[in-house]
Amino acid sequence: MQQAEETEKGRLFMDPDADKAREFFRHKTRQMRDKVITVQKAVQELIHDGDYIAVGGFGTNRIPAAVLHEIVRQRKKNLGLSGHTATHDMQILAAGDCVDRCDVAYVVGLEARGLSKVARRAYETGKIKAVEWSNGALAWRYKAAAMGIPFLPARVMLGTDTAKYSAMKEIPCPYTGIKLAALPALYPDVGIIHVHRADVYGNSQIDGIIVSDQDMARAAKRLIITAERLIPHEEIRRQPDRTVIPFYCVDAVIEVPYGSYPGNMAYEYFSDEEHLREWLDAEKTEAAHQEFMDKYIYKTKDFNEYLELSGGLKKMPRLRRLELLINGESSG
Amino acid sequence: MPYNSIELMICLAARNLEDESIVVVGTGAPCAAAMLAQKTSAPNLVILFEAGGMGPILPSMPISVGDSRTFYKALAAGSMPEIMETCQRGMVDYTFLGGAQIDMYGNLNSTMIGTDYNRPKVRLPGSGGANDLASLCWRTMVMTVQNPRRFVEKCDFITTPGYLTGPGAREAAGLPPGSGPYKVITDLCVIGYDQETCRMQVESIHPEVTREQLVVNTGFELLWKRDLTVTSSPTEEELRILRAEVDPYRYVISRAE
Repeated sequence: MQQAEETEKGRLFMDPDADKAREFFRHKTRQMRDKVITVQKAVQELIHDGDYIAVGGFGTNRIPAAVLHEIVRQRKKNLGLSGHTATHDMQILAAGDCVDRCDVAYVVGLEARGLSKVARRAYETGKIKAVEWSNGALAWRYKAAAMGIPFLPARVMLGTDTAKYSAMKEIPCPYTGIKLAALPALYPDVGIIHVHRADVYGNSQIDGIIVSDQDMARAAKRLIITAERLIPHEEIRRQPDRTVIPFYCVDAVIEVPYGSYPGNMAYEYFSDEEHLREWLDAEKTEAAHQEFMDKYIYKTKDFNEYLELSGGLKKMPRLRRLELLINGESSG
Repeated sequence: MPYNSIELMICLAARNLEDESIVVVGTGAPCAAAMLAQKTSAPNLVILFEAGGMGPILPSMPISVGDSRTFYKALAAGSMPEIMETCQRGMVDYTFLGGAQIDMYGNLNSTMIGTDYNRPKVRLPGSGGANDLASLCWRTMVMTVQNPRRFVEKCDFITTPGYLTGPGAREAAGLPPGSGPYKVITDLCVIGYDQETCRMQVESIHPEVTREQLVVNTGFELLWKRDLTVTSSPTEEELRILRAEVDPYRYVISRAE
């Protein structure tokens, strides 16, 4: 058993073969068609048990919460996850027991808010198989895939246990001889990104920091976009410099207002710290957690119902004022 | 003026940031230190956040290193690769990190507590950006409380490189020459690193703290600088700015243990 687990160390979950990826992208449709569907259908049709997924944004910022909830609601199983600052997203997926393997850069914590007990337990019991990386390494693994090359050299992870428990291999620089980490391209089966604006074809614009979504969107074989609002195609053409993701990367588009809730959406609404606290508190006992998940996810029809339960249109303007620092509500 | 240990640590950390330099920070005390430095000795300090925020005028403490405060009135709203590549290019002078464990070479553990990786006693978040930042920034600083659970002979897992196993080890591993641990600022003292051995060396002890206290609270043998001093307390001006402008809601400075 110990031996079997040893060989699990440093497993490369996804094939970094650039030619196989090229062959896939060769056949990906270039048709500029209306891709608007529902969250429910997108998850049903584009995310399959066992798929490896990547989540855009940054843990509690610009996350595609509606799709994450739907993954849990549809009880998807054995998903692989890119743990590139996976905080509340990891917490949601762990609550649904949806993930069985993870390329870890940052998981189980919610930054200064504390650790998710449910997510922790999934790793501590071995339910989720972890392979270690760093945030920079995962960002560059997306970038290698986006560039269409099998790896990208970098000067991180070297000399540490993070490297030892990863699937990273070292190479010498052919020009200078220095040691480099060869970070394998990461082509997720499915990428899920929440954006500020998109047209029906999937051309997407993001305001504020991009995190690693520019590259992740290009690396993913299938891409689901949720947008705060759908805008006319002409709007995209009027401001092409704002477009981060072109339509030909995108497979599904869904308009989800407040789609990053309870996370922050730059220039739109701040994170709902009360609700995030309630979620962490609910994890203290299994019964309370079950009740919480039933109430907010399993017994809700869709994300709109969750928003309603969480304070709905009474709460959202308050989060909007917090975000915009109106009335001196700068405390966050 | 009376002050607590977190306030002291923030003031000391702020004094270590040079003007016209670049620092990558996280949330909490390091962010407060960078903000205080901007309002005192380093008005032209550029603050970066790993998720892409570049040079914000921080209106308040960010809760997440990717929340919208991290690029409020910023120079630019960039990306994670942009920030990490700036570090790798050699343009970032400082970073602040923390961890559950630190050893005498400044190696940090934020991955797991326990002896079996596959069945950790406690699973912690992992590297996040810490490994990248400690690998690539010129000078790494750590702000932490000092106790024997944290200051250990051997980390259960080396998430983030300090000087690894000692002199020459970073370079041998392939990490950029000249980068590495710089200071550890604790609730008891300020620690630097001995150039010969790359081991932690106490530089100054906080007022009313004894050498004995340091020994008891450290799980390895500390070196002592020959001209060991008593840490200079925060000035009234530093405390006033910290309390009134940097952390008026006392999110960070109320956390003193």
